[in-house]
Amino acid sequence: MSVPSPAIAHLLSKELSFDQLMDEVPLAMAVLDKDLHVVWLNRAFEALTGFSRSEAYGVPCRHIVRSRTCVEHCPTHKGTISAPTPCESDIINRDRVRLPVKLTLAPLTDPNGTITGYVETIEDLRAVKELDSKKSHAFSFEGIIGRSEKMEKLFQTLPILAQSDASILITGETGTGKDVVAEAIHQTSSRAGGPFIKINCGALPETLLESELFGHAKGAFTGAVESKPGRFRMAHNGTLFLTEVGDLPLPLQVKLLTFLDDQEIYPLGDTRPFRANVRVIAATHRNLSQMVADGTFRQDLLFRLNVARIHLPPLRERKGDIRILLDHFLEIYRKQLGKRITGFSQETLTTLSHYRFTGNVRELRNIVEFAASMATETTISVEDLPAYLMDPPPVAALDAPTTDAPTTAGHPPTPEPSQSRTWATTEREMILEALKDARGKRQQAAERLGWGRSTLWRKMKHYGINT
Amino acid sequence: MLKKILIPIAADEVACRFDLAGEARIVICLKSGEMEGKTVVLPRAAEKLCHLILMENITCVICGAIEEEYYQFLSWKKITLIDGVAGPWETALNRHLQGALSPGEILCDRSVEGRHVDHP
Repeated sequence: MSVPSPAIAHLLSKELSFDQLMDEVPLAMAVLDKDLHVVWLNRAFEALTGFSRSEAYGVPCRHIVRSRTCVEHCPTHKGTISAPTPCESDIINRDRVRLPVKLTLAPLTDPNGTITGYVETIEDLRAVKELDSKKSHAFSFEGIIGRSEKMEKLFQTLPILAQSDASILITGETGTGKDVVAEAIHQTSSRAGGPFIKINCGALPETLLESELFGHAKGAFTGAVESKPGRFRMAHNGTLFLTEVGDLPLPLQVKLLTFLDDQEIYPLGDTRPFRANVRVIAATHRNLSQMVADGTFRQDLLFRLNVARIHLPPLRERKGDIRILLDHFLEIYRKQLGKRITGFSQETLTTLSHYRFTGNVRELRNIVEFAASMATETTISVEDLPAYLMDPPPVAALDAPTTDAPTTAGHPPTPEPSQSRTWATTEREMILEALKDARGKRQQAAERLGWGRSTLWRKMKHYGINT
Repeated sequence: MLKKILIPIAADEVACRFDLAGEARIVICLKSGEMEGKTVVLPRAAEKLCHLILMENITCVICGAIEEEYYQFLSWKKITLIDGVAGPWETALNRHLQGALSPGEILCDRSVEGRHVDHP
């Protein structure tokens, strides 16, 4: 028995497909029977939860929605409901991500008023929550903080680019905020009501990446027991963000180029194309022009992605932004840790303003998190900073002449030959030292570092440290 | 190695959320082939449940939805994790013991308006 695919008669002169009509609604919707078993759900629901229509058919909705409300206070626990019942909750989707949502369960009745089923809608509240937390920030655009000349130019450009539907290529060193910019563009575009789907092109092997991106048909390969929609399909009417696009294998670059030209995708093993209305934003820290010269990236794809180009400057080229970023992150971690910290000492500010921040904004954020964790007074002093900041001697990075960001080709600055230590090396050494002092006891080591235990194990896993 | 399996449950089903389960079934597979089981009350907090899993030397967890952070943590601790499972916990356990349980499996009886339906 297949999932019902009813037709709507008498609305227009010709019958309409219910699937097609509901799939155009940007809100996640599901139809349930009176026992709360899933009868049907739309594309937005599939994109939000990760469950396809056929996977969810006939299953109790609590196993598909997986919300806090399902467990703690389902509206129907005390009997049937007579009016739409909204509530704020959270769900865990199939990507194992917890999302803040607003659930509304509304009864469906027959002409006699007898309940025959329910409609459940799920509104994704991620954008709302982020906007709420960032409303008070000056010098910001959708979560991006800065008041330097380069960032002001970026703030002027981003809204214009957001309103167009052109493909965008975002370049910049690691830690400069490419992900944040991509999401900001989506949230200020006309596609903000649609999904924002992200995929890291460097995270999966080629065989899995093709299926993940373009989907596959049932039986396309061994193990393909059912069809899978793919990220392009999930991003329909929204935005697809490809990070590390420089890592995309050449065969998949061809497929991406086909999509950019024809707006059609062919899932693996399927001869029927799917016409996807998707805006593509790509990001990379690599030099794509050099990769084209080396033959590892297609020139025609670079031209197509490069319709609009955003280059995020490294932090050392953003004069005046370090101080505002320090205050911004200090405020976040002060609240998170529940500490009464009022600011940085003058000596600390001098040290930090002369530091090069090769890891850019991400490194600055990590340093502030570490310092806030270590601080025992109301002012962060130099002693609270990570030890590696003290050696080698600080470089007056902000006053030194800086190179302009390239406007047409991605040429990330070459690393300083004298910089023998990276943030990663130093953080790894810190962890090893703390573990050594704590004689291998991770709880104690975490306390010494001012981290939670789960933060320590995550970093140990990242650096391949086993005790 | 002694197999010790933990399944967060809600009544007779695998709990749909790892972090919100109120109780768990712990099953020990003895070398003789027999099985022992007990039910424990859970603190309804993922971090505390992870702590319990480590303290009890659990070798395998069969659960519903779990956040990536805890999935990675338990995997890092070399615990076999079969997540996204939905349906009766005993069915899930038996399938796992037969080596036939995969992550994301839906074992519920599918029905619409009281009539059984097959997986499309």
